Amino acid sequence: MKVSILQFPGTNCEYDTQYAFEQLGASTEIIWHKSESIPADTNLLVVAGGFSYGDYLRSGAIAKFSPVMKAVTAYANKGGKVLGICNGFQVLTEAGLLPGALKRNDGLHFISKHHSLKVENNDNIFLEKLNNGDIVNIPIAHHDGNYFIDADGLKELEDNNQILLRYTDKNGKIKNPNGSVDSIAGVCNKEKNVFGLMPHPERAMESILGSDDGIAMLEGFLEA
Amino acid sequence: MKAIINVSLKAGVLDSQGKAVHHALDSLHFNGVDDVRVGKQIILKLKETDKDKAMKNVTQMCEDLLANTVIEDYEIELV
Repeated sequence: MKVSILQFPGTNCEYDTQYAFEQLGASTEIIWHKSESIPADTNLLVVAGGFSYGDYLRSGAIAKFSPVMKAVTAYANKGGKVLGICNGFQVLTEAGLLPGALKRNDGLHFISKHHSLKVENNDNIFLEKLNNGDIVNIPIAHHDGNYFIDADGLKELEDNNQILLRYTDKNGKIKNPNGSVDSIAGVCNKEKNVFGLMPHPERAMESILGSDDGIAMLEGFLEA
Repeated sequence: MKAIINVSLKAGVLDSQGKAVHHALDSLHFNGVDDVRVGKQIILKLKETDKDKAMKNVTQMCEDLLANTVIEDYEIELV
């Protein structure tokens, strides 16, 4: 299992992501954004979190034109598995690989804390280790995590089981930290090979650090 | 020629910053403000001298990079 992790100027979660996947037994490689290709033996491509290009203009807006993104799009269109975490999710929506967009949090504050999430659809490789309705405790850390999609787009997401996770309290009751439409924390594309979420499963790998619920999430990719 | 581009959230997309500014204006007793939208202005200095060509170019720039048309509208003024 080989996980390739993208690194833009301003990315800061690439080493956490590398640590997380290596803990699970995968081999990893960090790919600088100037690369025009991704390693041929890649089984999973991760667009890691951070602040690519300082979030200038809009989060993820400039990263989508980095040289490596052509290869990412080609990889995704061939059915390759892509996971965008936090800024990676923003990059994938900007690049048109995932539907919707991420706006400034409703409260206008940067939010950094553990948050409960409810698994909405596990019929995909990302969440197949979990059951629908499971509650996981995963850190969030974002300023622009307010997911927006119009009414038609939302219906399409629902009809195709593309909503992966919703923000809730620990009992599974909707609790929306940032104003996201329908409290959505993560989505996938229709083909279910491109995944994006604002929370950071790679930061929930050790119970001593607050939660190890990220293990079950990321493990899904390894068994695929 | 200059292109002045105003980018703002689409009608129907909640503008949290606009709401916060509106609230602040109310607190300062500036009454009579119905709505506040906060956007950004991008000013380009262009080499192009033909207005039609400039408009076409700048429109493409907005579609590709300067605005995210999922959530934002843009207006271009050439001066």
